[in-house]
Amino acid sequence: MLKRKRFIFAMLAILPTLAIFAYVRLYPIADTLRLSLYQWNILSKNKPFIGLANFRELMGDHLFLDALINTTIIAFGVLALTIPMALVIAALIFHRTRSRMAGFYETAVFIPHVVSLVPAAMAWKWIFDARLGPLNALLDFFGIPMQSWLFDPVLSVICIIVLCSWQALGYAVLIYLVGFKNLPVSLYEAAKLDGASGRQSFWHLSIPMLKPITLYVSVVTLVSGFNVYAQAFVLASDAQGAPGRQVRVLVLDMLENSFRNYRVGYAASEAVVLLVIVLALTLIQFSMLREKGKA
Amino acid sequence: MDTMRTIEPTADELAEGRRLRRKKQATNLAIDVFLLIVSIMMLLPLVFLVANAFKTPAEMLSWPPTIIPRDPTIANFSAVLGETPLLRWIGNSIAFAVLSTIAIVATSAIAGYVFGKFRFRTMNILFALFLATAIVPFEVYMIPLYFQAKSLGILNSLWGLLLGYLVMSFGIFLVRQNVIHSIPDELLEAARIDGAGEFWIFFRIVLPLLRGALGALAVLAFFQAWTAFAWPMIVATTRSSYTIEVGLALFQTGFTVDLGRLSAASATVLIPSILLFVLLRRNFVQGVASTGLKE
Repeated sequence: MLKRKRFIFAMLAILPTLAIFAYVRLYPIADTLRLSLYQWNILSKNKPFIGLANFRELMGDHLFLDALINTTIIAFGVLALTIPMALVIAALIFHRTRSRMAGFYETAVFIPHVVSLVPAAMAWKWIFDARLGPLNALLDFFGIPMQSWLFDPVLSVICIIVLCSWQALGYAVLIYLVGFKNLPVSLYEAAKLDGASGRQSFWHLSIPMLKPITLYVSVVTLVSGFNVYAQAFVLASDAQGAPGRQVRVLVLDMLENSFRNYRVGYAASEAVVLLVIVLALTLIQFSMLREKGKA
Repeated sequence: MDTMRTIEPTADELAEGRRLRRKKQATNLAIDVFLLIVSIMMLLPLVFLVANAFKTPAEMLSWPPTIIPRDPTIANFSAVLGETPLLRWIGNSIAFAVLSTIAIVATSAIAGYVFGKFRFRTMNILFALFLATAIVPFEVYMIPLYFQAKSLGILNSLWGLLLGYLVMSFGIFLVRQNVIHSIPDELLEAARIDGAGEFWIFFRIVLPLLRGALGALAVLAFFQAWTAFAWPMIVATTRSSYTIEVGLALFQTGFTVDLGRLSAASATVLIPSILLFVLLRRNFVQGVASTGLKE
């Protein structure tokens, strides 16, 4: 009887949250999957089922493939810049944990991660600005030819990677710091007694022991890299106010297909591609963690 | 004699100790210098952004860029406030972030408690459902969600913005984790034996014990909404309903806009959010750090 009463309470308590969750998350996710199989043009009344035709069209869509390639380069570029830097910075901050400056280092590295995206991106827009920016002025100072950073298709991708890494670094450092704090101190003392230098402990103890953290941070960084949008919007929009002409990314292409070309079903199929990428990354993370557990 | 030697170090050993200590101090100094440079590099773009906001167009061009403007002006600020409803956008963002925080804290507290302490099979299945959808990025399902907002007639309103930010899977995990680790079953059982109702237990025993976790979650939720971009971008399309992120991003695509004004607008947003972060740093770090600890 008591158990029954508790069950009723649990159901009543969870119901509002569950209802909201179903409406704002489950339903739209299911709808994305469903719409990806339909040809739905907002302007037309009927919505025919077309199976996988959207996906077949995606494979030959230059704009989409362009976006997919750019986004992949950005995601992996951010990963390659962020993870090694975060690991080293976290190790050094951890080494200096007891100094008075540790809190300052942590805060300074973390602030770019929390400040609003667009204003922060604006700071970088100035840095990269071809005419006014300090980057070109610096290059000029050293006699290196100036570049139009935000208008060159290759350079603007690099600019986005730098901006995204600047923002992602703080998060990775913070998670690594938690990892360092959880490592067993005795192991390091043993290594020290055996004559291992700080650098050797870092390479042969910290890095292997932090592998689960590295995997986690890598997947989080990659996933957010694949969802890049605001950074590309702010940095790579041209003067005519048509954003994203220079660097097309997946989310931008998706929104453009949905709201500029009114092809909602087609945009949904792009969303499904994004979902598959994210799921694949997460699966890789889990299977690598399990492998480690066996060893 | 041997025991004497281990107690009283020789002059050589003392010198060796001093040398090692000095070497350690030198290493620490080098690490501090490196970390200080990293910290300054991380903060420099933001510092320049704020500095630029107070500069005249001529000074923006000067090399090397000045950190403290030679003749500070507030012309940029008055121009921006005259050209855009900047304060309105900030107000929209604050209202959106506050309401989203309240909704997320409320739904997470209830659901996290139920999932943590009511281990019925139905609850476990529901929790698995929450868990399974947690990895789906918002960008994947935001287009169907947009059409739901449209059919509710809440586009271009606070409620439309809120629709995408009512629940947070991570918040539910965070609370559940805390409930399991910091609220003993015996405490709840004792209250039940004393005749306390389930609602009373939740409000009078569970919520006060969760204060720390909910505080951390509230800070995370607030910053998440405050920095949201893609969803406000598609839902708020009238000038008066923009959030600050969208307003700024669209403002900067106009080609008559100069960087001084953009910096002024950005600084207006950045300064309060940095101050808020520095004040709430402990809560924030605790919240973010626990995202990495979900093993």
